[in-house]
Amino acid sequence: MSSSHNAEQQGDMPPAIDLRKINKSFGPVHANKDVDLVVARGSIHGIIGENGAGKSTLMSILYGFYEADSGEILINGKLAAITSSKDAIYAGIGMVHQHFMLIDTFTVLENVMLGAEQSSSLKESKISARAELARLSVEFGLAVDPDAITGDLAVGLQQRVEILKALYRGAEILILDEPTGVLTPQEVNQLFDILNALRERGVSVMLITHKLQEIMAITDEVTVMRGGTMVATRETAKTTKAELAELMVGRKVLLEVDKSVAQPKEVLLETSNLTIKDDAGVTRLDAVSLKVHAGEILGIAGVSGNGQTELLDVLSGILPVQEGFIVLNGTTIDKKNVLNAKDFRHLSLGHVAEDRHKQGMVTDFSARECAIMGFQDEPEFNGPILMDNKAVTEHCVKLMDEFDVRPANPHLKAANFSGGNQQKLCLAREIERQPKVLLVGQPTRGVDIGAIEFIHQQIVQLRDAGHAVLVVSVELEEVMSLCDRIIVMFEGRIVGEMAASDADAQKLGLLMGNAGSNDQTSTQGASS
Amino acid sequence: MSNKTLPAWVDVGVLPLLNVCLAFIVSGFVILLIGESPLEAVKYIITGAFGYDEGIGYTLFYTTNFIFTGLAVSIAFHAGLFNIGGEGQAYIGGLGVGLMCLSLDNFLPWWALLPFAIAAGAAFGAAWAFIPAYLQAYRGSHVVITTIMFNFIASALMVYLLVNVLIEPGSMAPQSRSLMESATLPSMQDLFAAVGIDIANSPLNVSIFLALICCVLVWLLLWHTRLGYSIRMIGFNENAAVYSGINTRRIIVITMCISGGLSAMVGINEVMGAQERILLDFVAGAGFTGIAVALMGRNHPIGIVIASLLFGALKQGGAELSFENPDIPNNIVVVIEGLVILFCGALTLMIKPGAEKIFLKLTNKKESANV
Repeated sequence: MSSSHNAEQQGDMPPAIDLRKINKSFGPVHANKDVDLVVARGSIHGIIGENGAGKSTLMSILYGFYEADSGEILINGKLAAITSSKDAIYAGIGMVHQHFMLIDTFTVLENVMLGAEQSSSLKESKISARAELARLSVEFGLAVDPDAITGDLAVGLQQRVEILKALYRGAEILILDEPTGVLTPQEVNQLFDILNALRERGVSVMLITHKLQEIMAITDEVTVMRGGTMVATRETAKTTKAELAELMVGRKVLLEVDKSVAQPKEVLLETSNLTIKDDAGVTRLDAVSLKVHAGEILGIAGVSGNGQTELLDVLSGILPVQEGFIVLNGTTIDKKNVLNAKDFRHLSLGHVAEDRHKQGMVTDFSARECAIMGFQDEPEFNGPILMDNKAVTEHCVKLMDEFDVRPANPHLKAANFSGGNQQKLCLAREIERQPKVLLVGQPTRGVDIGAIEFIHQQIVQLRDAGHAVLVVSVELEEVMSLCDRIIVMFEGRIVGEMAASDADAQKLGLLMGNAGSNDQTSTQGASS
Repeated sequence: MSNKTLPAWVDVGVLPLLNVCLAFIVSGFVILLIGESPLEAVKYIITGAFGYDEGIGYTLFYTTNFIFTGLAVSIAFHAGLFNIGGEGQAYIGGLGVGLMCLSLDNFLPWWALLPFAIAAGAAFGAAWAFIPAYLQAYRGSHVVITTIMFNFIASALMVYLLVNVLIEPGSMAPQSRSLMESATLPSMQDLFAAVGIDIANSPLNVSIFLALICCVLVWLLLWHTRLGYSIRMIGFNENAAVYSGINTRRIIVITMCISGGLSAMVGINEVMGAQERILLDFVAGAGFTGIAVALMGRNHPIGIVIASLLFGALKQGGAELSFENPDIPNNIVVVIEGLVILFCGALTLMIKPGAEKIFLKLTNKKESANV
């Protein structure tokens, strides 16, 4: 299926994808409104927009997860009825999801052929799949060991497997949903090389992202979505980041964090040789010693899964200290002095959880119930026996007002707020107490650009008021622009520290991949 | 996303009703299969359950039991725990009620005895739930497995006690002596007679008011106290509960004890209200029906009252059905109950997509008609 196309044919060829007047509603929410989109064959087309702008809905329609209420989909000029992902695959559309759809314990070969076996005999299927995989690897420069166990591969290589899976099914149109979220800068560059190779061979790529610099770096054309509609399509070469950001949000935005030089004072949070082993005995946090001063923002950079989660958990009382100790506002917490998350809060610690759906809030709760999480036992929310529900509601209204959470309805289910508003509510809950030490995990994950600016401002304000802030983020740009000092973690260890003013993406990237060379050898070792 | 497309009244009201109807339609086919008329069966069930005051009395008597066990299952469910042990907890709880009554019925009238009986029953039921709860919270033994096993242990224990310890001397029946008349709960007949209304005798007694009070208390507990807040948070998202500094193990144990205590109130209705003694197997499946009740009632006290009424009516009407028409086996009610559980519990989402489409079409038509 995946034949290469000649460049000269392109002139009179119909576009790879032509969406006409796509509409989709979920109840009262109009997620896609008269969306038109044309993707030229053999091009990389970026789709950018805030959370809830309708990007994912549109891609889900194209890939057959949802059916459009109205509108037409033309693939290569022909009307296509796509009602399931099977139809989409048949039409030559492949999708690489943000969270990989791979079976960790299968080999690469098994993952690629799963569901698309050529024969009822597994052995024969494997032989033909192996040949096809070898051909694809050569044609597109996607080298992966077909016999490696998928779970052992580095994330960047797993993503290659996903791309191979799509190509194996004959995809000529590839949709990538936020593909760089889990990659190091070096891996991002490798991905872009692959995408360029795909484009040269006539594959059309749709790149969904919220990162402006990626759009600028790789795409030919870019479409901006806002509030379910297409607001603009631009030739990438003729636009700027600032223009795109403005189109996305509908107003001018500040892309850099506006902050003065930090004035660090006394140490408010200190750890010494903190070590955490998980239930399987694997060391997740390896002798971490760090200090956070009043009046500074310390950033923890690293590819996700290198101990940052465990660090936040142990610093907030979710995980007990196993080895080493923590000094928080003069109180020592170690193996003998076990405190839970509530006790940590009483020592004036605030914690905005890394993953608000997993920890920081309960999506089935109403906003007002989420707004007292961690403070449910405070006297201000409780009567002698019953909870003071009126005080709880009033508290939520106050937080919503101060942090501009929209819609300002304390009774609305938390799940029905956009990511940015959920995050603002979590941040409001923690900052409102003016904790001396604030831990923030992924301050702007899944948060739209308009809210990012606001969240950064709030964190900087807290710093300027003399509080200590520790930020964990996988977004390098964020760490570099928001933080005053940066620590890089790799496999549970601190592998580097520098002032934010000395940091650049290259330097941090090398540390994050542990000098880059190690990354390559470790994956090879695992696959052999 | 999809749950946004239906308004709450359709989701909570219309869909369960449709599910129940489907269950009844399939039940109708089953009755057809054994060569009887489904319409006649429905007639017998409805008149049996609601057609005359004795029938209504029995229906409400069963309803009382189901409210207690339904609440018990639902409160555990709010904490993400599947308490299958209502049967055993009610049985042992009834033992507590009975022992308290047997020891004090010579001295106290029923209204003075009631608080002690409630306390003893709740304590016994809670204690029976405590062991599985502790094992779940601190040892990771799954509560579904342990509570099922505890039903069998309770059953065996009660047989032993009734045959060897509690049996009335000189009697052949494995049951305790009868309670003093003054110590048993007033029946509804007595209550109505006091205001001059004459109704037929039935086991229905003042326990039904206790059941309704328990509904209010459970509602207050779940949605108006810190404990309820913690229980629901654990049920929705245990990680978030740990993040909020909640001692999840402790709350799990407390929740299961409350659940066991609620189940035990079946003992008040049966031992102190209806049977007036401890006898074998007085729970008679109420603990299991409570699971269906909680499922159907969406774990909300109001839903539980409605679902209890349905299952109470089925139980009473079904007994009437097999009495009136001996060709229809008694177990047909178990089949109907099973089908209701199947459609309301396991297949609850089956008709949802279709219903959504129809509903959207209807509303769209309305909208376009308005335009």
